[in-house]
Amino acid sequence: MDLYIPRIPLAEWCDIALNWATEHFSGVTRAMSAVVGTAIESTTDFLVGLPPWLVILACGLLVWRLTNARIAIGTMLGFAFLWNLELWRATLQSLVLVLVSTAFALAIGIPIGISAALSKRFWRIVGPGLDMMQTMPSFVYLIPAIPFFGLGAVSACFATIVFAMPPTIRLTALGIMQTPAELVEAADAFGSSRWQKLFKIQLPLAIPTIMAGVNQTIMLALSMVVIAAMIGAGGLGGEVWRAIQRLEAGQGFQAGIAIVVLAVILDRITQHIAHHMRRDRQQG
Amino acid sequence: MSEKQPRIRVRGLTKIFGDEAGTAFERLRSGESRAEVQNATGAVIGLDNVNFDVDAGEILVVMGLSGSGKSTCLRCINRLIEPTDGSVHIDDIDVIGLGERELLELRRTRFGMVFQQFALFPHRSILRNVEYGLEIQGMPPDARREKALAAIETVGLKGWDQHFPSQLSGGMQQRAGLARALALDPDVLLMDEAFSALDPLIRRDMQQELVALQKRLKKTIVFVSHDLDEAIALGGRIVLMKDGGVVQEGTAADFLANPADEYVRRFVEHIDVLGVVTAGDAMRPPSAVRPWQSTAEEALAILTQSGEPVVTVVCEQGRFQGTVDADTLKGAGTTALRLLLSDRSAYVPFTATLNEAVARLASGRGEIAVTGPDGTLAGVIANADLVAALARRRPTTAH
Repeated sequence: MDLYIPRIPLAEWCDIALNWATEHFSGVTRAMSAVVGTAIESTTDFLVGLPPWLVILACGLLVWRLTNARIAIGTMLGFAFLWNLELWRATLQSLVLVLVSTAFALAIGIPIGISAALSKRFWRIVGPGLDMMQTMPSFVYLIPAIPFFGLGAVSACFATIVFAMPPTIRLTALGIMQTPAELVEAADAFGSSRWQKLFKIQLPLAIPTIMAGVNQTIMLALSMVVIAAMIGAGGLGGEVWRAIQRLEAGQGFQAGIAIVVLAVILDRITQHIAHHMRRDRQQG
Repeated sequence: MSEKQPRIRVRGLTKIFGDEAGTAFERLRSGESRAEVQNATGAVIGLDNVNFDVDAGEILVVMGLSGSGKSTCLRCINRLIEPTDGSVHIDDIDVIGLGERELLELRRTRFGMVFQQFALFPHRSILRNVEYGLEIQGMPPDARREKALAAIETVGLKGWDQHFPSQLSGGMQQRAGLARALALDPDVLLMDEAFSALDPLIRRDMQQELVALQKRLKKTIVFVSHDLDEAIALGGRIVLMKDGGVVQEGTAADFLANPADEYVRRFVEHIDVLGVVTAGDAMRPPSAVRPWQSTAEEALAILTQSGEPVVTVVCEQGRFQGTVDADTLKGAGTTALRLLLSDRSAYVPFTATLNEAVARLASGRGEIAVTGPDGTLAGVIANADLVAALARRRPTTAH
């Protein structure tokens, strides 16, 4: 006798939930999409419209201000290399997408991380959520992104935010929770309120850890940019995607290497800033 | 007892750690022993019915080994740890009854705290560390800077205000920690093993400086320590704790003279007796005293009879004048003692430690006088008395 156990209709449930959300919120999300999409596109168009050497020089200058001459020169050389490969437009598209996604991820992730650090109950909810966000195959985020945001850069941005945010949340929470107990006690002993303690002691001490999270978020965002090309995000990922479809190994590697170059540049800059902050903490 | 109200009053302070604190507390109050309660509930009894007072301007040392509850006790005073039961009063303020806001206000204005591991904020300069309490109060930058710099100067760190904690030695860091507490000009200083993490030499310097500072500032200090020598160096009353309860309260000399139990006796066993016992404790009534107008013959008779090494000579008011030994008296006939006096400085006040008495004895003729508060002769200490006093205080070393 066969024991009949009906399949749990998990897929159907997910559909129902998504359909419901689409029906009720897609108006809002589509409007948001229009705004953000225009912003991303016009920024990209503006940068592409400028002469590449000027953009490279400006980037170099900015990086030099933020870090040091060595990293600034490396940045300029890297960008020049990408320009030379005729991947300039794709590079800028990817860069804007990464930076916008990261900005959103930080704007959402840091407050969540702070709340999670301050409330044990909230942390217990957020923790498993983060695990799910990170282990879920990143492609899956792309599917619901389309009904909400349509094809293109904004959906890619959304999926990237969801995928890249966890390290920021986790490391922000960790950084605050790891404030040495004796320092928290000292702050309490002098009559600090909860907010004074947070802004004067816990957050400043957590900044190096938070920066490590920011670095990881940027790296994850960059890796997601390639996958997001599947829904029309363009950029360097788009180049890779086209090479796959046409089986052009050389083109594929060229675009892949370009992504690595971009990754190295972004990594060095954020690492340097994080490291500098850590030293600051000891020396000022 | 004096009429004035103590600055801090701690009554029935009890702290039980653990999920079962409520039940554990009830069982403890119903008369079960601490061990029974801890075994039955799994709760840990940190403090059990602790009572003491701290007078304004006094240094009270709360002493005990680790796990005795001394640090918990200190933290209950400003409610860094919420006590399970009992009351703490600062002047007329019921600290335990305060709401959150009032408690913050109290901590901001009345308490300064100094920590064992300094607990300086590593991302702030010394100046910004010292400013911290004032900043929390909302004092404008210029005013708090001025106060902070004054506090930094008080602890001898002038010129180091722009440095960061990691650039300072341990002793200097703790000076900064002290400055941070003093900058608020609080009535009460809570010091939690403040000098325990420092090297012995630096520790002794800091103890001396704290005592000197206290003479000037007259704060009310509750100082937690595990080190009896430190407690003695700070010179105040001591509350000795064990297993969350107070075993004995008093001065180190009280502990030596009348230990409440075997634990206290053992605790003070290795104490530097010479530094704790006072001349007043060790002296005995003199048996060869003469007024200074009496004759050498009379004095010699008494001296021979008494067996003392010297005759102690006093004036009409009973003040110590000096001593005369047998060799001088022999053949002096009816000369008045006042003309034969020598060793006019062979005395110590009754509050002096035996260390000072020993120094005097070493340079004298085997006996010194002890004077009372008004300078009158209160007793004498001969070499043999000193030895007896030491032997009495060290039962375990006398095999």
